[in-house]
Amino acid sequence: MIHARGLSRTFTTKTGPVEAVRRLDIDVAAGEIVGFLGPNGAGKTTTLRMLTTLLRPTGGTATVAGHDLTAEPAKVRRRIGYVPQGGTMGPGALLGEELELQARLYGMGATAARDRVAEVLESLDLADLAARPAASLSGGQRRRADIAMGLLHAPALLFLDEPTTGLDPRARAALWDDVRRLRAERGLTVFLSTHYLDEADALCDRLLIVDGGRVAGAGTPAALKAEIGPAATLDDVFLSLTGRPLRAEAAA
Amino acid sequence: MTTLVLARHYVRQTFRVKAALVFGALQPVLFLVLFGPLFARSGVGSWEVLVPGLLVQLGLLSAGMSGFGIVFDQKFGVLERLRVTPASRMSLLLGRVAKDVLVLLVQAVALVGLGYAFGLRAPLPGVLLGLALLLLLAAALAALSYAVALSLNQEMFAPLMSTVLVPLILLSGALLPMSLAPGWLDVLSRLTPFRYVVDGLRALFAGHYTAPDALLGAGVAALFAVAGIAAATRRFHHENA
Ligand SMILES: Nc1ncnc2c1ncn2[C@@H]1O[C@H](COP(=O)(O)OP(=O)(O)OP(=O)(O)O)[C@@H](O)[C@H]1O
Ligand SMILES: [Mg+2]
Repeated sequence: MIHARGLSRTFTTKTGPVEAVRRLDIDVAAGEIVGFLGPNGAGKTTTLRMLTTLLRPTGGTATVAGHDLTAEPAKVRRRIGYVPQGGTMGPGALLGEELELQARLYGMGATAARDRVAEVLESLDLADLAARPAASLSGGQRRRADIAMGLLHAPALLFLDEPTTGLDPRARAALWDDVRRLRAERGLTVFLSTHYLDEADALCDRLLIVDGGRVAGAGTPAALKAEIGPAATLDDVFLSLTGRPLRAEAAA
Repeated sequence: MTTLVLARHYVRQTFRVKAALVFGALQPVLFLVLFGPLFARSGVGSWEVLVPGLLVQLGLLSAGMSGFGIVFDQKFGVLERLRVTPASRMSLLLGRVAKDVLVLLVQAVALVGLGYAFGLRAPLPGVLLGLALLLLLAAALAALSYAVALSLNQEMFAPLMSTVLVPLILLSGALLPMSLAPGWLDVLSRLTPFRYVVDGLRALFAGHYTAPDALLGAGVAALFAVAGIAAATRRFHHENA
């Protein structure tokens, strides 16, 4: 689903170049849930924006959902969904209206869009909220609405940027359930960024640990832990790979 | 097609907040009501001279500030959400521009109607042709406004645009005919497209449909629309991977 080689992005800023992502290699197979785990500023969002055609890489190549990222961005867009870190709706936007627009931008007719929106709202437990402005939704509801936005066209591959940041434990667990269910029902492939170790542990088949724009380690949560020792937690893994704990960064 | 879907969405969104429509047109309306009667009696010109100028002022203020909308969309992630769909980058621009042009049309019709109440007497074909020119101008302005909004950081847009628009309105001769201006000011004024559109609208409102001013105004408005939309489309593409 995703094959990236040497993917890089350097931003030019007033204070000099910022190497946000440095020669990443990423491979994700169909049906996998892969976590992209790293602290603030590790380059997670930058990587996701490149893989979703929103940002031009300054180096490297990638195929996403079967198409070359830079040569065929429109074909990539058709097959992927992206749930950005910062949300998808302004405060005054009406949930149902925004979802219908999004569905129509994926080429659905008016009726098909309406039906599809109803279906997705239902499946994410948002059915009663279609007429509500985004500002009136709870954090968890809004996050599920963001996810609905990325699922309307039944993508083969879904990118989630920190899907559960800011949610309470129950809402987080519910969201994990949603992601697992989507994979079970539809074979959805998921590439998600997170700076939560418990999320990585509970939800992901495989992890890429990223720090300073580089991959510091990769493997299944269990394998990563086994490398350190029998009683190791992902916390210990992170510390041993990057030389610093993730918690302090995540809290910042 | 996608353009229409987007345009309808934006229109619905905009017309839900009717106050915004009124505020966008407030300044030209105030000029019409509080300055118009003075102008019409001053001997400088008639309502048929003033109203075309106020229409261009309206175009600059209303369409010129439309980029503000995308500043918010960018901030709330709406823009990325739209850009990750297969919708063409041009339709993402034109959907918005179509909405802005429609908003301007509603405001312009209201302004002309108000003008009539005060004493404007322009032939209907002239008014219709004038509005058509105005819409071309508005399309270009709105498109460029979005391009500028995407190129600046968020806090800069409103102060910069409102600062740039005022001299452009003054230089267009919207408020007083540029025929009164000293030579240097007249030259400066001719460097902006808005001057030609104002003169064109005035000719049309006077019923001189084939006067050089009318034709020049139409030509400049059309060119400006094509150039503006082309430049803005490039800017929308530039954001891509
Ligand atoms: N548009 C930009 N211009 C300049 N620098 C940028 C830009 N976008 C990101 N960066 C820098 O690139 C680095 C990686 O940022 P990125 O947003 O990818 O991190 P992240 O892993 O998503 O972090 P977080 O957990 O805080 O969301 C940071 O140092 C950031 O400041
Ligand atoms: Mg991020």
